[in-house]
Amino acid sequence: MSDLVKVNVDGVEVEVAPGTTILQACEEAGAEIPRFCYHERLSIAGNCRMCLVNVKNGPKPVASCAMPVAPDMEVDTKSEAVQAAREGVMEFLLINHPLDCPICDQGGECDLQDQAFGYGVDESRFQDNKRAVENKNMGPLVKTIMTRCIQCTRCVRFATEVAGVPEIGAIGRGEDMEITTYLEASLSSELSGNVIDLCPVGALTSKPYAFTARPWELKKTETIDVMDAVGSNIRVDTRGREVMRILPRNHDDVNEEWLSDKSRFVWDGLNTQRIDSPYIRKEGKLEAVSWSEAFEVIAQKLKGQESNTAAISGDLACAEGMMALKDLMSQLGSPHLECRQDGAQLPSNGNRANYLFNTGIANIDDADALLIIGSNPRREAPVLNARIRKRWVAGNFPIGIIGQDEDLTYPATHLGNGAETLAELASGKGSFFSILKKAKRPMLIIGQSALAREDGLAVLEAAIELATQSKMVSDDWNGFNVLHSAAARVAGLDIGFTPQEGGHDLEGILAGATSGDVKTVFLLGADELDMSRLGDSYVVYVGTHGDAGAHRADVILPGATYTEKQAIYVNTEGRAQMTEQAAFPPGEAREDWKIFRALSEVLGEKLPYDNVETLRARMFETAPFLAGLDELTDAGMPDVSSLTIKVPLSDAPFMNNAQDFYFTNPIARASKIMAECSIQAQARNISEGTGTDG
Amino acid sequence: MSVRRVAENQPDDFSFTKENISWAKKQIAKYPKGRQASAIIPLLWQAQKQAGGWLPEPAIRYVAEFLDMPNMRAMEVATFYTMFNLEPVGEHFVQLCGTTPCWLRGADTLKDVCRKVIGEQNTVTDDGKLSWLEVECLGACVNAPMVQINDDFYEDLTAEWFEKILLDLKRGENVPSGPQTSRKASEPEGGRTVLKSIEGDA
Repeated sequence: MSDLVKVNVDGVEVEVAPGTTILQACEEAGAEIPRFCYHERLSIAGNCRMCLVNVKNGPKPVASCAMPVAPDMEVDTKSEAVQAAREGVMEFLLINHPLDCPICDQGGECDLQDQAFGYGVDESRFQDNKRAVENKNMGPLVKTIMTRCIQCTRCVRFATEVAGVPEIGAIGRGEDMEITTYLEASLSSELSGNVIDLCPVGALTSKPYAFTARPWELKKTETIDVMDAVGSNIRVDTRGREVMRILPRNHDDVNEEWLSDKSRFVWDGLNTQRIDSPYIRKEGKLEAVSWSEAFEVIAQKLKGQESNTAAISGDLACAEGMMALKDLMSQLGSPHLECRQDGAQLPSNGNRANYLFNTGIANIDDADALLIIGSNPRREAPVLNARIRKRWVAGNFPIGIIGQDEDLTYPATHLGNGAETLAELASGKGSFFSILKKAKRPMLIIGQSALAREDGLAVLEAAIELATQSKMVSDDWNGFNVLHSAAARVAGLDIGFTPQEGGHDLEGILAGATSGDVKTVFLLGADELDMSRLGDSYVVYVGTHGDAGAHRADVILPGATYTEKQAIYVNTEGRAQMTEQAAFPPGEAREDWKIFRALSEVLGEKLPYDNVETLRARMFETAPFLAGLDELTDAGMPDVSSLTIKVPLSDAPFMNNAQDFYFTNPIARASKIMAECSIQAQARNISEGTGTDG
Repeated sequence: MSVRRVAENQPDDFSFTKENISWAKKQIAKYPKGRQASAIIPLLWQAQKQAGGWLPEPAIRYVAEFLDMPNMRAMEVATFYTMFNLEPVGEHFVQLCGTTPCWLRGADTLKDVCRKVIGEQNTVTDDGKLSWLEVECLGACVNAPMVQINDDFYEDLTAEWFEKILLDLKRGENVPSGPQTSRKASEPEGGRTVLKSIEGDA
């Protein structure tokens, strides 16, 4: 192409788009440029000066991160002059940087340490006192040692640009410049932990992880997060059998390189409140027993009542566990399966497009109008919300909202509170309809709050109707999106963990349990139910934490969390991803599918798989799209024909799930760090008097 | 320069007077729509004037809200510019130039006077009348040494005369500003030496 610019870097010729910075061109040419303030996902600051290069015929070295390329530029990144310039910059940076690497948590993964290796001089010429800076409070997650700060302002730019909560800033100036929040208030963003990764030195470090481990002694396992339905790619660092910390991994189509605070700091919940042995309730008290004893008790209870058994799976269940439980139930002859423990009226048959985030997270970048229906993406999927914000920052992106009007970190036009506004839009009325209609690639996001109500299916129908009316769905663009909040949900729907022929749905199971028609209920990590409605039924809880389900249970079977098993989870887009085992489950705990396989043998209904491969082969028969890991399969178009609507639209407003962001699942509820965050968030809400965040 | 922090004791709240609100709106109108944050410096300055020469924290917040910008951004501006006093100042706020020309002409003796009459830098006298701060060059080197008291320059000072000015101000007397000798503006001492007449003049 002729509009590319030719640049010569150290004798290597590259062609780059006009407007590319010298630094990017150098990377293209394979030359590594040291940097502190530059970050490809943030705006350019150009203040650390570490990326100096020489440009031929230039009067002095230039900061390559901030200088666009010019045609036929000749860049030199390796000469002695460049080395000397960078050494000069490094010497200045080190003047005020403490030499406390041995007691610094960043040690071993510090940009300054690494680059000082290449550009540092071997002795200090600085004779005076180094400056010292008071540490600042930033809340329970981010620890500050501000003397180490080199004022790159990455954290300031992240909070302002990506998180959309401009609460970090630089006060004072020159030597006295200090990074702080307004009057040292705690960070309120759900993405605040990312400033720890961004900080190139040890000024901002993880408070909960402080002084617990060194990076080189940790085993790193690349896996998938399950705290929300985004399926963020993470790295779990373990020492021995203990998870020490969780970090994001880059995946451009999912989480870029960000991670929500819940996903990052939930790890202490993995070690507390754990169920480490099977338990049986005897005379009201739980008693630890052996696996075989627990299985025997269940077998006796089930005898003759097999078809009066129901199973509900929770928000963190993996596809393998649900598949095994589903097979077990069908062998027992029970049709009562339910994976939508929140009561969301998601369609259980056939068309995946009716319940997926069809646009895909990465394609939000291409959308040009957005309608949010009954959802708060900031709480339900913070990383996805950052993606929406990124699109909004790029400009020309009208956003409308039906439901509660909350602060989403970008402005949105509040169109109405409930279904009547949606119905009005679907019938082609209202100014926002013409915005959607005019847009080339409009999209809508419908949340669980709009679906988890009696008229949920009618709401879904109206939304699909609106999508069709406003031409959101075409051959090359699918703007109809369901935003899930539970990591297990899509896989559950994919493999059909829903009422089979003649089976009860959630309401039916709970009503049956109350009335005594449903004798036994299997809970696969389902804790967010109204346990009082389980009546006198016999409850078998398979899960990881001593939460609501375990408190109600008559038999508890200990399972494995997402860091302790290799398992498939499907994110809200329908992207199947596999977690890897980073640690071992505690005590007697086992992977869910193994528990059901073993139980099936005792029940005399042996499941036909002896290893996870056979189980997966069986699963891929049911849901072939799960086989392609990290691939998106086109789900086609959403359609209303398969929906059987029993309850017409009501005019009750869409109320966003009031559940505390930091307490949405049993692991988070067991986490002390999450509890601290929750307290802080509540205090903020009281002082602001909004009651909406958090 | 040293680390500047907001004062420990702060008023409960702050809001512009009616006149200042309409004044502020006029300032904002100078900038394109949506760029109202550009008016941050004039508004903070006006807030400082209204609050008695210093900028309380509630005023920083108030101005940020007035301009629909994050509190933190306003705090950055207020702490960046030393013209914004983050702690209370006296009714007569003395900014004493200590940069080379004034220093050569005896700024140090003026500092001693300040210490004697007022006390240490950044402290307000008990009666609330006076406080002082050493600043960098105020651009009146020709009339060195000099100080700025509130909005006015007091130039060609001697230690004795400066002490008298301070004591007069303390008593609430009116002190004329400008050069404190017979000199007019920045003309040479003893009157003009050149250009005494213009050719063709009578």
